[in-house]
Amino acid sequence: MDAIRCQGVCKDYRVGFWRRRVRILHDLELTVRAGETFGYLGPNGAGKTTTIKILLGLLHPTAGCAWLCGRDASRPEARAAAGYLPETPTFYDYLTGEEFLAFMARLAGLARSVAREQIPALLDRVGLSGAGSRQLRKYSKGMLQRIGMAQALLGNPALVILDEPMSGLDPIGRKEIRDIMVSLRKEGRTVFFSSHIIPDVEMLCDRVGILLGGRLARVGRLDELLGTEIDSVEVTLAGLPPEAAATDGALAPPLVQGDRVQLRLRAEAEVDALLRRTLAAGGRILSVVPHRRTLEEIFLAEVAERGRR
Amino acid sequence: MRRVLAIALMTFTEAVRDRVLYTILVFALAMIGSSAVLVTISVGGEGRIVKDLGLACITLFGLFIAVFIGIRLVSREIERRTVLLLLSRPVGCGAFLVGKFIGLALTLLVNVGAMALGLVLLARMLEGEWTPPLLLAGGFAFLELTILTAFSILFATFSTPTLSTVFTLLVFVIGRLSRDLVAFASQFDSLSLHVTASAIYYTLPNLSRFTLGSLGAGGPLPSEATLLLTAAYGLGYLTAVLALATAIFQRRDFQ
Ligand SMILES: Nc1ncnc2c1ncn2[C@@H]1O[C@H](COP(=O)(O)OP(=O)(O)O)[C@@H](O)[C@H]1O
Ligand SMILES: [Mg+2]
Repeated sequence: MDAIRCQGVCKDYRVGFWRRRVRILHDLELTVRAGETFGYLGPNGAGKTTTIKILLGLLHPTAGCAWLCGRDASRPEARAAAGYLPETPTFYDYLTGEEFLAFMARLAGLARSVAREQIPALLDRVGLSGAGSRQLRKYSKGMLQRIGMAQALLGNPALVILDEPMSGLDPIGRKEIRDIMVSLRKEGRTVFFSSHIIPDVEMLCDRVGILLGGRLARVGRLDELLGTEIDSVEVTLAGLPPEAAATDGALAPPLVQGDRVQLRLRAEAEVDALLRRTLAAGGRILSVVPHRRTLEEIFLAEVAERGRR
Repeated sequence: MRRVLAIALMTFTEAVRDRVLYTILVFALAMIGSSAVLVTISVGGEGRIVKDLGLACITLFGLFIAVFIGIRLVSREIERRTVLLLLSRPVGCGAFLVGKFIGLALTLLVNVGAMALGLVLLARMLEGEWTPPLLLAGGFAFLELTILTAFSILFATFSTPTLSTVFTLLVFVIGRLSRDLVAFASQFDSLSLHVTASAIYYTLPNLSRFTLGSLGAGGPLPSEATLLLTAAYGLGYLTAVLALATAIFQRRDFQ
C-alpha cells in the first residue's frame, strides 16, 4: 500500500481586497511508497507546506483527493499512523518538555504505560534527556525543533512527515536530525520531508520530487534524475598561455587567475588532447575533476526553464 | 474521550498557570470584600445588599474569565499554530473544541466556586446564619458563564480575538436584556420592531433566566420544575453553540 497518494490535488487561496482566486497547487499527482524516504524539494513559496497540510487534513483541497496509508486524508483516523513536525513549530510555553510529550501521547491514543516508556527514550534519541523537566519557553530554537521531532515520533508511526526539519538549525543540529532520519529509514518507516536545501535531500532520499510554482516538475529516484555517466570534466592548468588552452570542447570561457587556467570540458576525449598539449607546451596539470550532474543543477535548470516559459 | 479529557486538562493547566487569571481573581475577591466593608459602614451590615452585590461580582468576574481567558486560549492556539499539532493527531475538530470548553468550564468552576464560597462565608459573618441558596445562585451563574464561554469559543473559531471579545460581551448584554427588549418592543405597534425583538429573543440566549430573582432580599426560590427547566435550557443551548462552532471549525483552513 502507498503511504501517501495525491490525486489531482489543487489548492486555491483568495487574496487581496477582491478575494481574487490564486491557484497555489496545480493538479498534484504524487505517490510515496511505504518504506521510502521521499524528499520534497522546492524553493520558498513553491507550495510544499501547503501540500503537507493537505496531507494532514489541515487544509481542504480545492479539488482532488489525498490519502494517507490508504485512508482519506480529511478524516482524523487517517492520521493515526502518522507523525508530523510542522515548519517552525511553536508549542505550549508553560508546559515542560515531558508534560508536552505526555499530552501529545494521550492525543495519539497511547496507553499511559507505553507513553511512560517511550518519552524518556525519545528525549534521549533527540538529545534532550537533560531538559525534559524544563518549561518549553526556556528552550532554544534548536531544542524546540528537537522536541518537535520527538513528538512526531511518539507511538512509532509508520509514516513521518517533516516540514523543513533542518531549517534554522546549526550544522550540529542538522547532522543530528539527519542521523535520526537515516535511522528511521533503517527501521523501515516512511519519511516524507520537505526542504529547500539540496545537499540534505541528496544525502538522504530514495526519491525526490521537485516542486516549482505549485507544479511537480520532476519526480524520480535520485540516480535516475542524476544519471551515472560523467557529465563534464573540470581541468585546472598552470604555466600556459590562455590561447594555448583554448579548445572547442569547452562548455564555458576559461577562467583565468594569475597563471592558472580553469576549463570545463564536455568529453573525455578532449581532455586527453588538452592535457597532451599542455605538457608539450611546458605547462603543469593541477587537477582533473570529473563532474556528475547534481540535484542542484537539475533544480536550477528546471527553475531557469520555468522562468523562460 | 481520553483525547477530549487530555485537551481539557491541558487547557485547565494552561489557564491556571496564566497570570491573567490570578489578576482577575484577586481583583474579584478584593471587590467583594471591599463592597462588604463599604456596605457595613454605610448601611450597617445589610447582608442582602452584600449578597446581591456579591452575586453580581461573581457574574462580572466570571465573565472576564470566560471572555478574556476563553478567547485567549482558543485564538492563541490558532495564532501560534499549536492547533496544527493537535489536529495532526487523530483528533477531530469537535473533540478539540469540546476539550477546550471543558477545560475552560473547569477553570470557571474553580473560580466561581471559590468566589461563591467566599460570599457564603461573608454572609454568614454579617448575618450569623448560613444561606445555601447562595450556592444554588452561584451554580446558575456558572451555567450562564459556561454559555458565554461556548460563545467565546464560537467567535474565536472564525474571528480575531478583539472582535470575539466584543461579540461575546454583546451576547452577554443583549442576552441579559432580551426579555426587556421584547417587552419594550411590544409597547409600539411596529411589526418590524416586534419581529426583530423576537428574533433576537429566540436566537440569543435569554440570560436573565439564570439570575435567580431577588435572592438576596430573601425572596422565594423558583420552583424545582423551573430550576430544572432552566438548567436543561442552559445545557441545550450550550450544546447547540458548541455544535455550531465545530461545524465552522471543520470547514476552516489552518494556515
Ligand atoms: N493563506 C494564504 N493566502 C494566500 N496565499 C497563501 C496563503 N498561504 C500560503 N500562500 C501562498 O502559497 C504559496 C505556497 O506557500 P507554502 O506552501 O507555504 O510554500 P513553501 O512551504 O513551499 O515555502 C506561497 O506563494 C504563499 O504566498
Ligand atoms: Mg514551507
